[in-house]
Amino acid sequence: MTDIATTPQAAPSRSGTPLVEVRNLKKYFPILEGIVFKKEVGRVHAVDDVSFDIYEGETLGLVGETGCGKTTTGRLILRLLEPTSGTIKFEGEDISEFDTNALRPLRRKMQIIFQDPFASLDPRMTVGSIIGEPLDIHRLADGDQKLRRTQELMEMVGLNPDRHNRYPHEFSGGMRQRIGVARALAVEPKLIVCDEPVSALDVSIQAQILNLLDDLQKELGLTYLFIAHDLSVVRHVSDRVAVMYLGKIVEIATGRELYTDTRHPYSGALLSAIPKADPVVARSTKRILLTGDVPSPVNPPSGCRFHPRCPVANERPEERLPVCSTQEPPLASMDGDHVAACHFPLPPKTGADLSGMNLAGGAPRDDEVPVKPKTARKTSPRKTTGKTTARKAASGARTASRAGKKTAAKPAGKTTSSRARKSPPGAR
Amino acid sequence: MSDVRVETTPTTPPGEHLLEVEDLAVSFFTDTGVVTAVDGVSFSLDAGRTLAIVGESGSGKTVSTQAMMGLIPKPPGKIMRGTAKFRGRDLLTISDEEMRKIRGREIAMIFQEPLTALNPVHRVGSQIVEMIRSHEEVSKKEARQRAIELLKTVGIPQPDKRVDNYPHEFSGGMRQRAMIAMALALNPAILIADEPTTALDVTVQAQILELLKGLQEEFGMGLIMITHDLGVVAQISDEILVMYAGRMVERGDPEDVFYKPQHPYTWGLLGSIPRVLEEELTDERLVNIPGMPPSLQRVPPGCPFHPRCTFRFEPCDTERPELLQRGHHEDACFLEQDEKEAGRADILHLGTKPTPKPKSKPPSVARKAGTRS
Repeated sequence: MTDIATTPQAAPSRSGTPLVEVRNLKKYFPILEGIVFKKEVGRVHAVDDVSFDIYEGETLGLVGETGCGKTTTGRLILRLLEPTSGTIKFEGEDISEFDTNALRPLRRKMQIIFQDPFASLDPRMTVGSIIGEPLDIHRLADGDQKLRRTQELMEMVGLNPDRHNRYPHEFSGGMRQRIGVARALAVEPKLIVCDEPVSALDVSIQAQILNLLDDLQKELGLTYLFIAHDLSVVRHVSDRVAVMYLGKIVEIATGRELYTDTRHPYSGALLSAIPKADPVVARSTKRILLTGDVPSPVNPPSGCRFHPRCPVANERPEERLPVCSTQEPPLASMDGDHVAACHFPLPPKTGADLSGMNLAGGAPRDDEVPVKPKTARKTSPRKTTGKTTARKAASGARTASRAGKKTAAKPAGKTTSSRARKSPPGAR
Repeated sequence: MSDVRVETTPTTPPGEHLLEVEDLAVSFFTDTGVVTAVDGVSFSLDAGRTLAIVGESGSGKTVSTQAMMGLIPKPPGKIMRGTAKFRGRDLLTISDEEMRKIRGREIAMIFQEPLTALNPVHRVGSQIVEMIRSHEEVSKKEARQRAIELLKTVGIPQPDKRVDNYPHEFSGGMRQRAMIAMALALNPAILIADEPTTALDVTVQAQILELLKGLQEEFGMGLIMITHDLGVVAQISDEILVMYAGRMVERGDPEDVFYKPQHPYTWGLLGSIPRVLEEELTDERLVNIPGMPPSLQRVPPGCPFHPRCTFRFEPCDTERPELLQRGHHEDACFLEQDEKEAGRADILHLGTKPTPKPKSKPPSVARKAGTRS
């Protein structure tokens, strides 16, 4: 796996062909009315024209608010739901038209871990039989061999193998989630869709599961589609992150880029809404508060779906709203593989808190490491930590090139951000 | 360091704080044994201040406030000891009648899941009206007018129309706003918010936190924020109380708890959240607190955290550490100050650590730095 910490400009692990290729995937759920003769009166545009790739061995994070279609996307890839249109390729093969028989061998290669460890395990089955069930279904092992494999799996996920004939209710939330992981691993899949795997867990247990998933990926070369609403978790586990809003992908970037070089205003708003576990930073950072709620996916807004709530579009409504509300922005390249779908993307390297945009009344500031919090944090021992200094030095090259770019980009970036995408300034 | 080891619990003179809880202990006597849910919790709150009670599920954070409000079922629940003085009156001993007058009017609560806290078969407006009219003698019309104003205060659009909606017609964020409107209806002195944003999306959570902060400034109420989310705590608290297995493990202001955490459990908690700030973006592993919180029926003897603590030594499994005072920042741990500093630096990379690479390996909470390369 590529280490994005030490080589920040390296592309995510993109060696080889994509394991999963999703193109123009759509899923509309019909809204039916009538008792005997059902009539379609509307459609929920759950996933609407989504395209992305998942490369072998990487973790793609899929993040968005409730109802943005992230779970539906995960289930479409697994073919647990029928796509309305679009193609899904797994290992180069189009699986979107596969029937049940053709899908069965495929199920060995793709598995899912669910959010709720309390609801996703059959309370009447022993843990051993839950984990061993996939082995039965795919006729991979039986008898002693199955028991041995089950115990091996339990050990792999950090459960005591002697407890294989216990029932799920005897386990705590974190341990149940481990059972779910073991079950997914039983058939040695290539792809695991993790659907909010840690949302229901306490923070300390959450960390255990995240570390476990990380270890297993390294050990077994797994590919993850990691679906979550918690951006900080997604950033931590993912090589690349795709941000979804109302059934559309609005931005795909490496985990680091998404934070340091946010381009879509929605990603920016999501990032700025994360409560930072650092009192000085949390209180000094200007936040972009989105107003209102996510619109209904039954009648999504025209043009860019984010335009009614978008701080950038509404900053200069006369100039921008006519464009944003009529034309749907395509996913366009911002910087190599970093793509975003916005007519007026944020200026490059603004950082996650958007204060450079002057939207929330904050003064435009140096876009490097947050300066204000640092000076304010006089009493903090962290201010002088060698770690930060070391890391700063390590990313020195990047800082330098960025500083050069910044002077050219910054003043222009704010006023002519619309052009920034078409003719990137400076060295780009 | 040993010179400042002073017992703190019964020192502050009464009447000084708006709310003062001392040495509260609550147990539940169940068929399978005694559950010690809260054991010796003390805190105080002043008008306009925010106290955050942090802990994982089962740490007793909710039970402590519910016991204070007379909301735990008795039996099986029983308040074993302690006082909870609100404006000089002990909430734990007053009659149900008096409690009813205080609850809602003086001390209001909002809960995690607004859909279960609102009655689905009554209009939102009439629920607020009922709340007002059960405490004050006002006409229905007047109360309805107040309900509309309250909905407006908490930022619900078109409050005059929305007042006649049913809870299911509200989105999650709006329901929580309606709950807050109801809690504020009688202008309480204290608002207890029990995981108010846990069920909400981050963008809505940010709105709700902003709203609570704004309302607190406007009405000057004391706020008790019960949460497991340290990000939320960092943002709004004036004082933090960290709880584990029904006991207090650390107490201090945000600067202390976040930058100079003293208790190994707090280190673990802080280390287990994925960081989002740019200078902290690392691919290091999260800190793993091994094991899981103990069952409250079998709280380990001594320090309740000792079975999961990699810093444990001689007295930890037999003697119970009490919350000790060092200025305003207190913690319940036997480690010496220099050991704490070293441990904290090792786990959280706070303090003086020259490189992010781990060198010698003192007992650490299973951290393997830089393994993600």
